[in-house]
Amino acid sequence: MNFSLYDFTSFNQWIDKFLYDHLPAFWAIAVEMVIIGVAILLFYALVGLFLVYAERKVCAFMQNRVGPNRVGPYGFFQTIADFIKLMLKELIYIKNADQLLFNLAPFIVIIASFMAIAAIPFAKGLHAIDFDIGVLYVIAVSSLGVVGILLAGWSSNNKYSLIGAMRSGAQIVSYELSVGLSLVTIIILAGTMQFSEIVEGQRDGWFLFKGHIPAFIAFIVFLISSTAETNRGPFDLAEAESELTAGFHTEYSGIKFAFFFLAEYMNMFIVASIAATVFLGGWMPFHVGSWTGFNHIMDFIPPFVWYIGKTFFVIWVMMWFKWTFPRLRIDQLLTLEWKYLLPINLVNILLMAFIVLMGWHF
Amino acid sequence: MNSIFEYFADIFHTVKSLLTGMKVTGRYFFSPGEIVTQQYPENRKTLKMYDRFKGEVIMPHNDHNEHRCTGCGICETACPNGTIEIIQARIDMPDGKKKRIIDKHIYHLGMCTFCGLCIKACPSDALAWGQEFEHAVFDRSKLTKTLNQPGSSIIKDIVE
Amino acid sequence: MKEVINLPVKNIEEEEYHINMGPQHPSTHGVLRLVVSLQGEIVKSLKPHCGYIHRGIEKMCEKDTYPQIIHLTDRMDYLSAHINNHAVCLLVENALEVEVPERVKYIRTIIDELNRIASHQLWWCSFGMDMGGLTCYFYGLRDREKILDIFEESFGSRLLHSYYTPGGLMMDIHPNFQANVKAFIKYFRKKIKDYDDLLTGNVIMQLRTKGVGILSREDAISYGVTGPSGRASGFACDVRKHHPYGVYDKVDFKEIMGTKGDTFERYMMRMNEMHESMKIIEQLIDNIPAGDYSAKMKAVIKLPAGEYYQRVEASRGELGVYCISDGNKTPYRMKFRSPNFSNLSALDHISRGVKIADLVAIGGSLDYVIPDIDR
Repeated sequence: MNFSLYDFTSFNQWIDKFLYDHLPAFWAIAVEMVIIGVAILLFYALVGLFLVYAERKVCAFMQNRVGPNRVGPYGFFQTIADFIKLMLKELIYIKNADQLLFNLAPFIVIIASFMAIAAIPFAKGLHAIDFDIGVLYVIAVSSLGVVGILLAGWSSNNKYSLIGAMRSGAQIVSYELSVGLSLVTIIILAGTMQFSEIVEGQRDGWFLFKGHIPAFIAFIVFLISSTAETNRGPFDLAEAESELTAGFHTEYSGIKFAFFFLAEYMNMFIVASIAATVFLGGWMPFHVGSWTGFNHIMDFIPPFVWYIGKTFFVIWVMMWFKWTFPRLRIDQLLTLEWKYLLPINLVNILLMAFIVLMGWHF
Repeated sequence: MNSIFEYFADIFHTVKSLLTGMKVTGRYFFSPGEIVTQQYPENRKTLKMYDRFKGEVIMPHNDHNEHRCTGCGICETACPNGTIEIIQARIDMPDGKKKRIIDKHIYHLGMCTFCGLCIKACPSDALAWGQEFEHAVFDRSKLTKTLNQPGSSIIKDIVE
Repeated sequence: MKEVINLPVKNIEEEEYHINMGPQHPSTHGVLRLVVSLQGEIVKSLKPHCGYIHRGIEKMCEKDTYPQIIHLTDRMDYLSAHINNHAVCLLVENALEVEVPERVKYIRTIIDELNRIASHQLWWCSFGMDMGGLTCYFYGLRDREKILDIFEESFGSRLLHSYYTPGGLMMDIHPNFQANVKAFIKYFRKKIKDYDDLLTGNVIMQLRTKGVGILSREDAISYGVTGPSGRASGFACDVRKHHPYGVYDKVDFKEIMGTKGDTFERYMMRMNEMHESMKIIEQLIDNIPAGDYSAKMKAVIKLPAGEYYQRVEASRGELGVYCISDGNKTPYRMKFRSPNFSNLSALDHISRGVKIADLVAIGGSLDYVIPDIDR
């Protein structure tokens, strides 16, 4: 058996075989689940903390500032310090709040984002579960988060929270459509919903280039609507700071607030990794036609690095949106979806279907 | 047909204006030379305040521990907030006359609004602005300062 | 078993939803409290409650001598401190019929305009923040810092200067002042393009502000909305133009006027005023005449008994000072007509029927400074 950074399949099979050799089948599965759970949990926490740091640095550079720079070199441990602070803070008891739902809401939000991570392929073989309807699963699971937001707003017994939650509900119900339809465009091109096969289909070129015009339009639409779906950037109406103070999580404090905060960043990570997987070739290296030397160098970079690089590029673009644009108003938000994105999307699907039918894609 | 054209022109203008905005933030993101933040406690050594900076009111003393304050109390009346209190003392002059001099020039930094009327009003230029600006203390009583140093006396050539 | 209470059935369309915006709220720029009654997202009416930062400045003026009053006026509209000082100084000088040296007039005009630019820069960045674009805030403050540095070098403080005194100035301008101001104008001409690219031209911002919060000319006059907000409605109310003081009668500048009176127009008024202020400064900065920096004033200033009124154009509108003197060294009664108070009174009228997000934008475009409303 040989481990390599380029293919984790043999590594996984080795663990699997080892467990089944030494344990009864039931316990082997149980241990596997625990290992995967812990691994994803660790990954989740690390990425969450890093993203908070990254956002603060990116926005600082865009605003001619230096950003966090006190805790550790270049302020790298700032978010860890923040996290410790949030963990130690008092959880404020809200009078007349619906205690059960109030306490449940942050967990729903965080579990929704946690479940979505399971289906994402990080590298060849580095994949918790490879559904044959992976895309559908991720769309379904990631939209569960809105339930948590609605509950948080409703149970807080706060008018700002309620307005924020209602805005968020209207927003996600509409933008869910665009996210789904823009992914459908690529599914038509790929011919499959399984993430591993979608990535495999991009071995000779990313879908963004293979599907040229319709794929590019779908990518733009996906970027806009996924930014809206994660309540970020110019679409952060649910927590519009200047209008609703903090929107649906106004009343949350301490670790419960941290859950919302972490879930927001993880949702961003999830949509960025879907964008990277579906449009930008996932962990596939960047290849240019017949430049064998160039392609060979690109192959040398491990797939995990490719995946992380692409994901963080998309995240950076989303941060760029957030720190440039003013916020939309609720009616403009809905106008944008129903009058612009949805018709464009539907026409785009037709166009893509036509192109695939005629074989005009690369 | 016209409305369809407008629809696409709308989209085009939108995208163009958004890209213009993104160009600004993107340019600053890639030019770290434009960062304007001053890193305060680190730059303490190089941080020099302007010579007219209003940090606090001070009473300059020369090398012989002499100041220019006659204790006339004009600054006390000029101050709008009662920041300055003058405590006078009487001393016997060699020729038998009694003379009033300054005993304590008390300055409440916590009440000062830095309007500069005391410095402008002083007939003998005894007061000036100091450049010190790190005034934070743990005890409010430390903000009450006596401006004339202990044992100091008035410069001889000041005539009342 | 719980007793069932039969509540009177209300028509849900008519039911109003009251929220308190403020006294602590990110968009009220201070301790202003707006009781907003909503129907869904739509503002039905609102009631401003002021007085949270009332310090009794008008009453305090009654115990202070005229030179001492100056430092209190700094603390009303702290973003246009020099202009507030100017109003009181002019009042005293006109009452005593003192001829102020030309040099003082030039310097005061330049510094007033610099102060206006600084104030509008802060308005721009907080308006951007109200709209949700946080980056605006830092660009505005970055450029305002340059003006504050000029102020600090010349008169030692950055926000509350107390630089003018009745009859002249506290001290002469710093030798570097002229060069610094010229360098700033060169710098800011370049940087103001960022403002336009980032916010003015942005389609989201234009969609949110155009045709929202319309204040007609008649309403602007009847509510007494002055300054850029009044001029956006077509109410020619620039005191600098119509009742010139300082050397405004010698410089060539346009009174920026709008027609529509919506939020976008109010925004554009201030953006254009910054250009206009830079033009005024450019005309004056090289021509400051030599001379004294203060007229000869008596040690104790006593105004002859009578009533006096003086108005100046502060960065938010017309600032009036009304003073009754009984011949003593302190006024008998002082009253400030603050522009923000009148501008705030129109808020309820123009924000009926808009969304909450627009209410925040309208508030930003009226540019109220709460300490000036409460005094």
